Amino acid sequence: MSAGFLAASGDTFTPPGPGDFNLPPVGPDKTFTFLGQEMYLGVTKPMLQIVIFAGLAFAFLYLASRHRAMVPGKLQYVGEASYGFVRNSLGRDIIGSHDFMRFVPYLVTIFFLLLFNNWAATIPFIQFPTFSRTGLVYGLAAISWLIYNYVGIKKHGLLGYIKLQCVPSGVTGPILVLIVPLEFFSNLVVRPVTLALRLFCNMFAGHLLLILFALGGEYLLLHGSLLVKPVGILAWVLFIAVAFLELLIQFLQAYVFTLLNAMYIAGAVADEH
Amino acid sequence: MKSINLAAGEGELNPLIPHPIEIVLGVVVFGLLYLLVKKFVVPNFEETFAARTTAIEGGLKAAETKQAEADAKLAELEQQLADARHEAARIREEAREQGATIVAEMRDQAQAESTRIVESGKAQIEAERQQAVTSLRAEVGALATGLAGRIVGESLDDEARQSRVVERFLAELETGAPGGVN
Repeated sequence: MSAGFLAASGDTFTPPGPGDFNLPPVGPDKTFTFLGQEMYLGVTKPMLQIVIFAGLAFAFLYLASRHRAMVPGKLQYVGEASYGFVRNSLGRDIIGSHDFMRFVPYLVTIFFLLLFNNWAATIPFIQFPTFSRTGLVYGLAAISWLIYNYVGIKKHGLLGYIKLQCVPSGVTGPILVLIVPLEFFSNLVVRPVTLALRLFCNMFAGHLLLILFALGGEYLLLHGSLLVKPVGILAWVLFIAVAFLELLIQFLQAYVFTLLNAMYIAGAVADEH
Repeated sequence: MKSINLAAGEGELNPLIPHPIEIVLGVVVFGLLYLLVKKFVVPNFEETFAARTTAIEGGLKAAETKQAEADAKLAELEQQLADARHEAARIREEAREQGATIVAEMRDQAQAESTRIVESGKAQIEAERQQAVTSLRAEVGALATGLAGRIVGESLDDEARQSRVVERFLAELETGAPGGVN
């Protein structure tokens, strides 16, 4: 924000861009080059965030589950409700009741890691979505890809699994020439990419939108003519409204990411049609 | 500020190009969280759920057992009550029969007794009357004879005559023709 403030304090308005997501590290800011892009070498804000919010997620889950009371207290009740939500509606209902328990730890981890880190973008003074950094997202998407392919191959064998993923049930004849490459591409190649981009883009765009409303409103109020000053106020009102919308999106993205993981696993361990 | 300078210096950053350290960090943090969740969180929740399910099922089972016991007890008590009622009715019936029997017996006995008393009374009266008749006959005969002898004189001392006269006299008395005496 301070960078944006400086940018906006000039006579011309500099719109926020990807640069606002490349936060400088805490401590010395050496740089290195990776894939033609200069990057900071050091501990940056999103790095701290993912560690801290993963810790908070675990603290919440552990404290909520520790007492094992028959009649739950408030914290345990919230913990059980949210854990039960992931376990039942994302795990059991999608993967199937005989096989889902071994994936529950994974789904719970993913869901709460994403939820806590996404909501970090709304917590005052933190206000930065951890997963607007592609590096953090790619790692999770890669893990997802490895897991669903691993359990699929383990269950059906390599060829059986590829056949399961590439040949839709009930399709025969020459159309297969068209379908099989598409299915292969869609189910085995593109999935981790879409999974990662969906999360990243939502977090990135949401944050960008908030910066735009905040800085744009500020610029209009400070430097705009009298006539456009009310528009600056309107921008700030919208900033607040969009921030609430973001809360919903942050939850939804955590939910969708976990849901898709569950569906990929369900598809991989499904019995042959 | 630095970021803006960097962005300005290098042209637009491509946000799709990942930071390699972040990839590693993301995977490591995920892995650690996964291990912690798997070891500490999921077993706790699952045990709580299982224990709760068991408790609820146990409670339901206990309630069912209690209900069944109560039902059995109730049936038993009702059976006992019915038995008792039956028994009471039987006893009452028996008592009524016994009472009737006793009354009948007593009545018979009383009847017999009264008959016996009446009979013996009659017999005694008859005997006494007979005795009285006999003694009267002798006495009346003697008296009458004495009286007649005194009136008529010595002629009637003859035994045979005397007897005849007396007999005749008595026969007249019995037939209700008291000609001789009056």
